[in-house]
Amino acid sequence: MSAAAPWGRPSPRLRRRKAVNLMMEALATVAALIAVALLGTVIVSVLRRGLPAISLDFFTKAPAGFGAPGGGLANAFAGSLVIVAVAALMALPVGVLTALYLSEFAPKRLEETIRLALDVLNGIPSIVIGIFVFGILVVSHQQSGLAGSFALAIIMLPLIARSTQEVLRIVPETLREASYALGISRWRTVLGIILPASVGGIMTGTMLAVARAAGETAPLLFTSSLTAPFVTWDPRQPLQSVPLTIFELSESPDPLDHARAWAAALALIAFVLLASLLSRALLARSRRKLGQVG
Amino acid sequence: MSAAPSALPVRAPRSAGDRIADVLFHGLTLVPALAALALVVAIGWKVADGSRLAFHKFGLGFVTTAAWDPVKGVFGARDFILGTASTSLIALVLATPIAIAIGLYLSELAPRGVRDVIGALVELLAAIPSVVVGLWGILVLGPFLAQHLDPVLRSALGWTPFFKGDIPSAGTGMLTAAVVLTIMVVPIVASISRELFQSVPRELEEGALALGLTRWEMVRGVVLPSARPGIAAAVILGLGRAVGEAIAVTQVIGGFAGFSLSLFKPGDTLASRIASQYQGASTALQVSALVYLAAILLAISLVVNLLAQVIVRRFEFQRTGGS
Repeated sequence: MSAAAPWGRPSPRLRRRKAVNLMMEALATVAALIAVALLGTVIVSVLRRGLPAISLDFFTKAPAGFGAPGGGLANAFAGSLVIVAVAALMALPVGVLTALYLSEFAPKRLEETIRLALDVLNGIPSIVIGIFVFGILVVSHQQSGLAGSFALAIIMLPLIARSTQEVLRIVPETLREASYALGISRWRTVLGIILPASVGGIMTGTMLAVARAAGETAPLLFTSSLTAPFVTWDPRQPLQSVPLTIFELSESPDPLDHARAWAAALALIAFVLLASLLSRALLARSRRKLGQVG
Repeated sequence: MSAAPSALPVRAPRSAGDRIADVLFHGLTLVPALAALALVVAIGWKVADGSRLAFHKFGLGFVTTAAWDPVKGVFGARDFILGTASTSLIALVLATPIAIAIGLYLSELAPRGVRDVIGALVELLAAIPSVVVGLWGILVLGPFLAQHLDPVLRSALGWTPFFKGDIPSAGTGMLTAAVVLTIMVVPIVASISRELFQSVPRELEEGALALGLTRWEMVRGVVLPSARPGIAAAVILGLGRAVGEAIAVTQVIGGFAGFSLSLFKPGDTLASRIASQYQGASTALQVSALVYLAAILLAISLVVNLLAQVIVRRFEFQRTGGS
């Protein structure tokens, strides 16, 4: 490569290279700005159109009839709460125990197989999971909040298991060794030392999974969608949910329904974003804590 | 690498109770661990089982038949497969360069503070529920496209079959679906490629810069080549997301059994057809045909995911085994 004269003007070739470089840097910056602007427009739309319809009634009253003003979506909020809470109760123990098995007991081959299964499960479209639960639970019985919870639990399972596994991996090896050196049995070590050290991380993973599940619509279409327009808390009945309500209202011709859909979207987004921000903060904290132990 | 307590010289616990408890505990964790495996198998089996009726009636020809007539009881998947393929591919073509550019900006250009903020925002974009993206797509994006972008596309590219015909007044159609999918794919590919770029060894990058390369030349010569397989895997994962997205697509694609080359026309994907017919399915055959669509969708997503896994594994092997 011929060097440009140190004191002279840069050669045309160098100038061209610099121009190309500048252009590419500008393109990359613009791309990042596009992403931020997209998020911005979505959130601004939701805020601007959703805020006016938000009121106390919106959260506490059952829906008004078609075309009628007023009313709220209390049935959807109650239903989502129940469905997601039950789903978390199903997925959390299974996910955590799976991760414990993978990190503490599993032979390498089996560990890889189960990890692959978790990744595959994570990649299965949620609508297919809805069809699956429809086939095993709904066809033989009927739609119910429980069926919806089961579908969401399948979606949460790989998220919780994988994130717990990641946390268990960063539990310092010295803790395990110290425990074994004291002659403490394996189950006591896991339950008394390793699990408590990773509780923060497990909570993070669970919260992310809850945030994801709370926004899922497709698994509920076939499992908990034929609902009554009043508030029920009984998971044996089909329960309305927030995402499904948004889906149904968005296809309605009534502008009042659109306003309700925006308001419900605002509530859902607020919940999801808060949960992800909170889990991010929690994660940073538990990382720091574990780092201090090591 | 991974924790392997069994490799430690652990002496068996003295008390018999502890020994029994260890075995029990092992079993207690083993059973749930097998649940994931069992679920994957059960999902495959149930979907195959549910589509049996349609499979017996239409066989493999279902895949290439263009029909969806519940009254006559004739069903086929061709239009929906084409719909899935075209919307997902357009989304990938649009999303990949943007996402890689975002990844590059975050890993190579952005000042530290900006990087964390924008990185978090990109991940928040991924966290927005698809039904909300769909709501925004049908009420904001669709009308916007119909008024501003579509006329431009038609006057510039109207001579191709892709931008022919009337612009949908509400803005629902294949193009809107593809744009919505793009928005959902970008954050996935961007955050993975950012991590890939950041994991390129610092010395290589600094060495290239020290040789007098500009930053772009360094990226093209060092960063991109070493991250290429990872990017491929990220794009494939994005494809999996686009193929499987049901709700947002249903909201904006217009729901129409019939495939047209024109992106202004309504259509349907595999996932959106399943989602939009959930309450209308009246006959057992129609339900079975819907499950058949789900089986095709499942097969596609399995292939896509396993492909991504294979690439990632080989990539990791190269990295750890190569140095």
